[in-house]
Amino acid sequence: MPKRIVIVGGGAGGTITGNLLARNLMHQIEHGQVIINMITDKPEHIYQPGFLYIAFDKVRPEEIIRQQQDLLDPHINLFVDPAVKIDREKNVVHTKGGKEFPYDYLIVATGSRIVPEAIPGLKEGAHWFYDLPGAQKLREALKGFEGGRVVITVGVPHKCPVAPLEITFMLYDYFKQKGMLDKVELYYTYPINRVHALEPVANWAVPQFEKKGIKYEVLFNMEEVDPEKKILKSMEGTHLNYDLLIAIPPHKGAQVIEDSGMGKGGWVATNKQTLRNEGHNNVYVVGDTTDIPISKAGSTAHFESDVVAERIASEIQEGGTMTEYDGKVVCFVETGFDEATYVWFNYKNPPKPTPPSKMLHWMKLGYNRLYWLSARGVL
Amino acid sequence: MADIKIDKTIDARGAACPGPLMELIKAMKQENVGSVIEILSSEKGTSVDAPAWLQKVGQELVKVEERGDHWSIIAKKIK
Ligand SMILES: Cc1cc2nc3c(=O)[nH]c(=O)nc-3n(C[C@H](O)[C@H](O)[C@H](O)COP(=O)(O)OP(=O)(O)OC[C@H]3O[C@@H](n4cnc5c(N)ncnc54)[C@H](O)[C@@H]3O)c2cc1C
Repeated sequence: MPKRIVIVGGGAGGTITGNLLARNLMHQIEHGQVIINMITDKPEHIYQPGFLYIAFDKVRPEEIIRQQQDLLDPHINLFVDPAVKIDREKNVVHTKGGKEFPYDYLIVATGSRIVPEAIPGLKEGAHWFYDLPGAQKLREALKGFEGGRVVITVGVPHKCPVAPLEITFMLYDYFKQKGMLDKVELYYTYPINRVHALEPVANWAVPQFEKKGIKYEVLFNMEEVDPEKKILKSMEGTHLNYDLLIAIPPHKGAQVIEDSGMGKGGWVATNKQTLRNEGHNNVYVVGDTTDIPISKAGSTAHFESDVVAERIASEIQEGGTMTEYDGKVVCFVETGFDEATYVWFNYKNPPKPTPPSKMLHWMKLGYNRLYWLSARGVL
Repeated sequence: MADIKIDKTIDARGAACPGPLMELIKAMKQENVGSVIEILSSEKGTSVDAPAWLQKVGQELVKVEERGDHWSIIAKKIK
């Protein structure tokens, strides 16, 4: 009987893990000892960081979309058929199309999604750039914007912790280029008591805000939007008028996680070192859907994928490995249209600031292209 | 401690980003009314910041405790 590996979710984490496994286990796959099945819910693979650039008309949608099949090692069987139930007692995944995928090893990589409907009035009153239609709609709104107060607001939890600052600095450069700075007030809000979760990034950003005249309010958790009167209300009791509201809506994990009783909000209980689903030794979790208190970012998904692929391949080939995840996260942060900074940290080493430079900006742009190699497990 | 029944503990020690306060906010939004939530943090700042936020949004602070190299902050979702 071959060992069956099932991967649910063909995004960043699922694709990298699958390709690394296929490479490590090629011999076993070719000899019928291992089968890798990937279940995903759409034929395309979208590079999400590209949404930020779509909003400013700097990238076209075709540049950030590939066919999932083209990114996968041919040793992986791809099924475009959403998972509707994961049964960890019987070790089987059920799909919408009525198929059943039994597994010896399961990799849960279903990511996270925005839930604007969780905040009353947000869908009607706000713009966002966290999905393709949202980024395109924001692009049109920016083109037609004649001036006034632009409020940036951030839901909890959310992926890509650096995106709120990036959009703010890019908005500043956008309005500067259009010669509109005298007509626009940028107003940034953030849920905790500093302008960014990473302290060095927050310490760097405040003088930038002051220099650029960007207003900010911390301890601001959106609670409700009045789209008629254009007012955003916070849990902390403040009210803000806006002319253009740009939100990072709060996130949830995939519906299938909640429907399978695998975790409230779609977040799966995950051991922060082994990346196993707590209580289920043959179930691994990668990417945004873990409940590890760590940044939900593509780089996190990537480093976790390295660990999960290594662990499963070793378990099959050698009975196990000591490889564990050390909490590594790397983020490039756009600080405008032509400069960026960079931070890395892990469970033991706190982040240290790096001065922004043009080179780091070009590295971020370069990575936007290199991602396709990264997804293929080459980089 | 024996008399406090904790429904959810979040071990945010060494978690640089999004960090302990953001984890508390997430739990407060996600858990049911009546839940008792504990955050473990290795940052001293959380022992001040978390109670201040709880007060601002009208949620209950149950206890703050220093435990050698980290802090435990216990909160109850009352609304
Ligand atoms: C605007 C924006 C900017 C970003 N910028 C950065 C950045 O600069 N740096 C960085 O590191 N990260 C960035 N990110 C975050 C990064 O894109 C995510 O953290 C990363 O994609 C997470 O990988 P994942 O595999 O967990 O989830 P995803 O890549 O989202 O993949 C999840 C996959 O699961 C599929 N799926 C969901 N439900 C089911 C189901 N029921 N059955 C089958 N398949 C299912 C989905 O369709 C999807 O393909 C950004 C994100 C956004 C939105």
